[in-house]
Amino acid sequence: MSNTHADTVLYVRDTMLEQQAPPSSTVGPVGWAKDNLFSGWLNTALTVLSSLFIAYLLYRLIPWFVSPTWDGSSLSNCREILDGHEGACWGVIRDRWQQLLFGFYPPELYWRPILTLVLLLVALAPVLYTDYVTPKLLYFSAAFPFLMPWLLWGGTVWMPLMAAAGFAIGFAVFTLVSRLLNAGISISVAAAVAVLWWVLLAAPVANGIASVLPLALEPVASRDFGGFMLSITIGVTAIGCSLPIGIVLALGRRSDLPLVKILCVGFIEFIRGVPLITLLFVASVLLNIFLPPGTNFDIILRVMIMVTLFASAYMAEVIRGGLAALPKGQYEAADALGLDYWKAQRLIIMPQALKISIPGIVSTFIGVFKDTTLVSIIGLIDPLGLANGIRADTAWNGIYWELFIFIGAVFFIFCFSMSRYSMYLERKLQTGHR
Amino acid sequence: MTTLTDPPAESFKLSMLVYDTRYRSITFQIIALIAFLLFFGWLTLNTVQNLNDLGKEVSFGFLGNPAGYDINQRLIEYDNQDTHLRAAFVGLLNTLLVAVLGCITATVIGVIVGVLRLSGNWLIARLMTVYVEMFRNVPVLMWIILAMAVLIEGLPAPSAFRGDDPDSTMKLFDSVALTNRGVYIPEPLFSRGLGDISFFGAFDISVDLIAILVVFIGSIWVSKRIGRKADATQEATGVRPTTWHIRTAAVILPTVILLGILGFHLGYPELRGFNFQGGTHMRNSLIALWLALSLYTAAFVAEIVRAGILAISAGQTEAAAALGLRSNRIMSLVILPQALRVIIPPLISQYLNLTKNSSLAIAVGYMDITGTLMGITLNQTGRELETVLLGMAIYLVISLIISSVMNVYNERKKLVER
Repeated sequence: MSNTHADTVLYVRDTMLEQQAPPSSTVGPVGWAKDNLFSGWLNTALTVLSSLFIAYLLYRLIPWFVSPTWDGSSLSNCREILDGHEGACWGVIRDRWQQLLFGFYPPELYWRPILTLVLLLVALAPVLYTDYVTPKLLYFSAAFPFLMPWLLWGGTVWMPLMAAAGFAIGFAVFTLVSRLLNAGISISVAAAVAVLWWVLLAAPVANGIASVLPLALEPVASRDFGGFMLSITIGVTAIGCSLPIGIVLALGRRSDLPLVKILCVGFIEFIRGVPLITLLFVASVLLNIFLPPGTNFDIILRVMIMVTLFASAYMAEVIRGGLAALPKGQYEAADALGLDYWKAQRLIIMPQALKISIPGIVSTFIGVFKDTTLVSIIGLIDPLGLANGIRADTAWNGIYWELFIFIGAVFFIFCFSMSRYSMYLERKLQTGHR
Repeated sequence: MTTLTDPPAESFKLSMLVYDTRYRSITFQIIALIAFLLFFGWLTLNTVQNLNDLGKEVSFGFLGNPAGYDINQRLIEYDNQDTHLRAAFVGLLNTLLVAVLGCITATVIGVIVGVLRLSGNWLIARLMTVYVEMFRNVPVLMWIILAMAVLIEGLPAPSAFRGDDPDSTMKLFDSVALTNRGVYIPEPLFSRGLGDISFFGAFDISVDLIAILVVFIGSIWVSKRIGRKADATQEATGVRPTTWHIRTAAVILPTVILLGILGFHLGYPELRGFNFQGGTHMRNSLIALWLALSLYTAAFVAEIVRAGILAISAGQTEAAAALGLRSNRIMSLVILPQALRVIIPPLISQYLNLTKNSSLAIAVGYMDITGTLMGITLNQTGRELETVLLGMAIYLVISLIISSVMNVYNERKKLVER
């Protein structure tokens, strides 16, 4: 066959052609634009329309943003500076940024919330970046929850120390009792002893030591707390406490014990069924009715408790999702190894279930942090409460974009970095084969 | 001879309550029950004592007293001599109004944004990402307050519409007035209307509205019948008769004829004196809440829709194409039924979130159930316990209804495995 072919054809190429560069319209920026922006008439139209939209937006916004009003002392002063041009009045941010960040915290004590924030980051580092930070820092992370209230509210150092001592006592009791009895009972006994210590002994002991060795910071009243400091304080507390409570509730909801299950389901569904604002009403007007006569504890603490309960119910549902998504074989394998319930949970189930639920857990965190703004409705002065106050001020009456852009930007930075971190964590913990 | 199957009869020992798995669960549950009852009893005792000290007693009698406050945005008749109960009911209807409006717009915007985020057009996909991230990462309360501020400070006062050369004009062929006192839109009017009927003497419902609804639902049913008949013909003969024009006419014509009979026309808002008269007045508080809730929730809906579409593997599309289905049939018969199973449950929980977030109405003065019952009624009567508990109960019932709808859906659409 090939012979006949060779006879009829005068010339057959016996070497390969040089490799040619692809057509210039399919590579480089031009090819990319052709593929991604102008592939078909619909896409071209959309691209042109959205480019026009963006161009118009920038044309209007850039002059507004770049406005020489940083030194404006009031809205009318800003208008004088702008002299009829459109522009933002950034003077309000210069005038009030300290308030928006710290509320009415005494300015000479600003180092305390700033130090707390820095220490918070240090305490979070070994939890967030296990690969880069020495695990020894975890001891500091454990101490931080006691350090934070002392730095923020001030007062004697012995109170948080005695609160920490409660945990130490509980742990000691647990190690002693667990030699004799099983894990569930020793946890209950240890918890009971710790609670007794906190309720009955902690305050007198702290006062006793404080009278001998007064080691105190200048106290700051809760009503001076405000701005982003308040949001972050409430948010961090609720986030930190809701995860363990949520895990317990999720385990309770999947428990074989019908009564425990009913209690957990009832709690979770009740909390998830009502808006947070109603729970905050409970904190502000009803908690005093529910507690023994004469108890009158701090409004920020009451709000923290309610936000924590609220977050725990959502957290429980997220973790329950993770537990349900775990293949049944994992539970059976843990049983086959002869692990008891708590060991199976700690070593086999929870690490995997929590890994599955990371996206949900982080979006619950973000939701909680955003929801801290609701405290402005019951009269705490978080950034939105302050914004309302500033807008009512005669000097800044009529300003809104500048304030809300500032507040929104700060919230965006926090929430966006949380969601990016969760993506990083998901990638890091990804052990499945893809 | 003793059998090995009979275990030795063991006497019951107290330690078995802890160590024997047969009794342990009961022990724990009884301990839990006692702890719970003790806690609950403690709360109740405190409450009783505190209320005694304050000289109050738990009673819902205040609901029958005249409320004495006005509600400017309402769906049913109400004046300040009506009872607190009716005020709460007006508030409940307002909650439902903004929730329904918000759910509809959030779904529409969310689906569009979610699909566009998957678009091959780089610029559009990025724009939609910016929208989603911007709204998701900033508190909804800030969006609500910002929307209210923009509406109040940014829109012209009604007086700007006056004069021969006004600063502002009405939009959409002189039918809609956007003012800083609210938005005025045309209202439907019937020149040969059938009047109202009263329900239990509590509120009136327009007979015209009921008639239109009945006719519309009936014509949809007729259209479905025609569709089923076409299905049957196709089964029998293999040829599907063309029915779309008959079905469209069956849906639209009866309603249009009824509207003609009733003498339907629009009542346009008009500037009279210091304010607009006529038309339907939507307060800024309603608009701000609706706008902010829709845009905020739409960002979440967009993510749900995107995830739902991405969850269907490309193999499904290819398999359907291999079967010879056309692309719109692939979408409606293969992709959508599977994607909806992933999309609907989180979508409904977003509706639930929107309904609960509508309680933030209190920040802009929209009188929903939080603003009436747990706001002004609480302040006027001083009955914190009753109003807050009643308000929570109402929200709980709404949530339970929505989540039971979701459960029914999940049961029906559940994948049957193993």
